[in-house]
Amino acid sequence: MEEKSEVRLMKGNEALAEAAFRAGMQGYFGYPITPQSEIIEYLMAEQPNHPNCIILQAESELAAINMIYGASGAGARVMISSSGPGISLMQEGISYMSSAQLPCVVVNVQRGGPGLGTIQPSQGDYFQATKGGGHGDYHLIVLAPASVQEMADFVFDAFRLSEKYRNPAMILTDGALGQMMEKLMLPPAGSLPYPEKPWATTGKTRDRERNIITSLFIEPESMEEVNKILQEKYRQIEKNEVRFESIAVEDADILLVAFGLASRICQKALQLARERGLRVGLLRPITLYPFPVEAIAAIASRVGAVLDVEMNAGQMVEDVRLAVEGRCPVHFKGRMGGMIPSPEDVLQAIEAVVEKQNVEI
Amino acid sequence: MDLPPITNGFELVYEKPLTLTETPMHYCPGCAHGVVHRVLMEVVEEMGIQDKTIGVAPVGCSVFAYNYMNIDMQEAAHGRATAVATGIKRVLPDRYVFSYQGDGDLAAIGTAETIHTANRGENILMVFINNGVYGMTGGQMAPTTLLGMKTTTTPYGREVRLAGHPLKITNLVAQLPGAYYVTRQAAHTATAVRKLKKAVRVSFEYQRVNKGTCFIEVVANCPSGWKMTPLESNKWLEENMFPFYPLGDLKLPSQTN
Repeated sequence: MEEKSEVRLMKGNEALAEAAFRAGMQGYFGYPITPQSEIIEYLMAEQPNHPNCIILQAESELAAINMIYGASGAGARVMISSSGPGISLMQEGISYMSSAQLPCVVVNVQRGGPGLGTIQPSQGDYFQATKGGGHGDYHLIVLAPASVQEMADFVFDAFRLSEKYRNPAMILTDGALGQMMEKLMLPPAGSLPYPEKPWATTGKTRDRERNIITSLFIEPESMEEVNKILQEKYRQIEKNEVRFESIAVEDADILLVAFGLASRICQKALQLARERGLRVGLLRPITLYPFPVEAIAAIASRVGAVLDVEMNAGQMVEDVRLAVEGRCPVHFKGRMGGMIPSPEDVLQAIEAVVEKQNVEI
Repeated sequence: MDLPPITNGFELVYEKPLTLTETPMHYCPGCAHGVVHRVLMEVVEEMGIQDKTIGVAPVGCSVFAYNYMNIDMQEAAHGRATAVATGIKRVLPDRYVFSYQGDGDLAAIGTAETIHTANRGENILMVFINNGVYGMTGGQMAPTTLLGMKTTTTPYGREVRLAGHPLKITNLVAQLPGAYYVTRQAAHTATAVRKLKKAVRVSFEYQRVNKGTCFIEVVANCPSGWKMTPLESNKWLEENMFPFYPLGDLKLPSQTN
């Protein structure tokens, strides 16, 4: 069934689910958790229109991520989604998939934590998403949408990147982006080709050796070799796949850095600041891993200060500081536990930076 | 001088199936794993389904099963073999999929997956090796360890007060509507091996026609974990394990609604 691009008004979660069908997803295994249950509900309701895609509700997030492991190892294009507590349960499987080099898309519609936490939006899982999350040395490719349009678009990007590098990719979004409705242009179906997967366990034919999907390399020499392969892959990803958006950075005296929902809030704060004559710019990392180190470093050398804004206690700010490398002071403004900063909060923080640091305007 | 093959003049009645690799097995002398691997692979060869069969190895002594079986295989996280098998089977429904797990994997850490996989009636074969002990980690208590049985974590014998009862998970599985064929077998004698092979064969035949979950428990010995010679362990198996885990079919297709 060939769908064309079409304009729709949808919730972020639904847009993501519809995009997954259009991106040629062949399997989704999940477990309900607020604020992302609309994803599996939408997929289940629409499944009859996509008979070649299996949608299954598992008995737990543990089972779901391991079904994803099996289906991905069998060559299928697969996606899984959850929120904080469920994503924590999946970390074992994600580590195994990273080691076994299995592609998949993991969607984290973040809620406030730690623990069972709250169902309100948060960005508290930045560390977990970008630094590995489970045991061992590995990275996910992490995309951070900031609109319902990107909730849909990034499904295509995440599948493409995960298959290109045989590495799990995560869409790190939050409860507000998942729940809010916006107009979007749905991408056409069938535009994402299926790559060859000669490594998949589809049944050993006479013309090839058997395929083994494993993350067990008991000899340390072999395990180190696998780690070298992974690290080389991450260097390639860092070289080729960095994405960011910059707004009004050319003449900026203060640079805001924010991702996802916080970047939307910062856009409004930027407007308010500019109305008051404060030359503020915004850099939004789109890929959180790989992180836009060079872009931030370049701007940091010509601004008076950086203000990092997040919906957490300050996580990405560590990467920002590493990128800035002392070129200018780095400040932080955040809300935690499911609270969302307002544009006025951010404006106040900008004004405080101006005052404290006496930034030349 | 070329010597003639020593089999000349003899009728060849038994050889290694091509579905087993040349890799020497790491299993201890007297262990049942090698026999069960062989039985599975003989059936795969006899049915001509090597190119359609995908196995899932567990965490435990048989973690390296994929080194010995000459078929496509996936290695699962501890306890998750049937979830992995579910993922494979759901996207490749015309393939033959089996999981191969020990008692710790299937009946302790993976209990939820075991029950729910069978309850969904996944069209897979679950092979369950029950020797009442954690072999790979050095002989600790398993969920199926008998009362009074000594392991490294029950050094004075398993006591109900501390460690609860041995779990007859196969009986639980047999209660589930999704389970089509549930049987408890052994592999310690030639007769037992022949019966086991028949059970494997019919399980794959049922899978061919999408009948639901087939479940084979193999009550087995563990000479190293039990700290016995292979012969002593087989005797102990018959005298202690079989009375608690009696061999035979727990659910036949005629009993399935």
